[in-house]
Amino acid sequence: MSNWPDGIFRVLLTLDVCQIAYVPDAGHTRLIKLCRDEPAMIAVPLTTEEEGVSLLAGAWLGGQRGVLLMQSSGVGNCINMLGLTQSCRFPLLIIATMRGQWQEFNPWQEPMGAAAGDVLSAMGVGIHEVDRPEYVEGTVQNAAVAAFAGEKAEAVLLHQKLMPVKTFGK
Amino acid sequence: MVESGSESYPLKRRDVATALLAERNDMLVVAGLGSTAWDATATGDHPLTFPLWGAMGGAVTIGLGLALAQTSHRVLVITGDGEMLMGLGSLATVAAQAPVNLVVCVFDNERYGETGMQLTHTAMGVSLTEVAAACGIRITGDVRSEDQLAEALPVIRNAVGPVFFNIKVRAEKLDFVLPPKNGVELKERFRLALLDDGATD
Repeated sequence: MSNWPDGIFRVLLTLDVCQIAYVPDAGHTRLIKLCRDEPAMIAVPLTTEEEGVSLLAGAWLGGQRGVLLMQSSGVGNCINMLGLTQSCRFPLLIIATMRGQWQEFNPWQEPMGAAAGDVLSAMGVGIHEVDRPEYVEGTVQNAAVAAFAGEKAEAVLLHQKLMPVKTFGK
Repeated sequence: MVESGSESYPLKRRDVATALLAERNDMLVVAGLGSTAWDATATGDHPLTFPLWGAMGGAVTIGLGLALAQTSHRVLVITGDGEMLMGLGSLATVAAQAPVNLVVCVFDNERYGETGMQLTHTAMGVSLTEVAAACGIRITGDVRSEDQLAEALPVIRNAVGPVFFNIKVRAEKLDFVLPPKNGVELKERFRLALLDDGATD
């Protein structure tokens, strides 16, 4: 597997992103571990992705930057809370690993995977798709600058091609 | 109107808000949408109060993000029982972080006050305090009387948290006291008042 998670981590560290809110995905395993091990970062596991949207609004009120890590199924859990982000122009950086897109073993991941980009767009979130490992770091950097300088929501959608194939033991 | 008995609870929400916010010093305040935002505003509009016009279920996590960012400030979230019920999971998220400077006070009138005073789950036996305690919030308690409120105040102001109090308040219709509605303005004035380096970076 390529070391694109390390590239994302470098961007977050360089940009002083310190509240790392997440609901795990296998594709985010290494990034979450890197962030949890970094003393300059606070890792905040959530019970649902929606909590991360409001958490990071609070972080910004307090002068800190954050990032919200999730898989595409979590996008649907955020929709109403993204109204807070938009109404107040809070910066929000989302990094979502896609499911239901490429060699997906679990068909129940397909509906939300297929709709993730559209529903984020409908709530005013900028979309940054990337499917090649060498472009991940630059894409995250670009989205982060757009979010924090523009004070708006931006989402990086990491293509499922970037992830190890999950076969549930079959 | 359906009644559960909360119409005769002794504590009145505006008096509770005044008690909590009278000596706020450098405390940062998040007020959940609806009645608690009006209650906070009735005590005086303040740049370091962030009143919500939406984001139902998000008041506690906004407070958590703020408390993690500003560890030298006390952070108080006041919100209603309906708003808290929509974000019960956030109590688990708070407990997992265990921020010592975060206090959550629910004004529990057992009603959805903005939509016609329908009963909430707390009118039907759900204890938010027990939920918070089961999640592992360090200090939790119910407040039902003036005496209990007086005992809770120093804990709210000074105790090592996180702290959660469920304050049973009277179900009553009160005048609207509305905070500014522009979210960008609320955000910018909060950051301007709090952060040395101004509103934006």
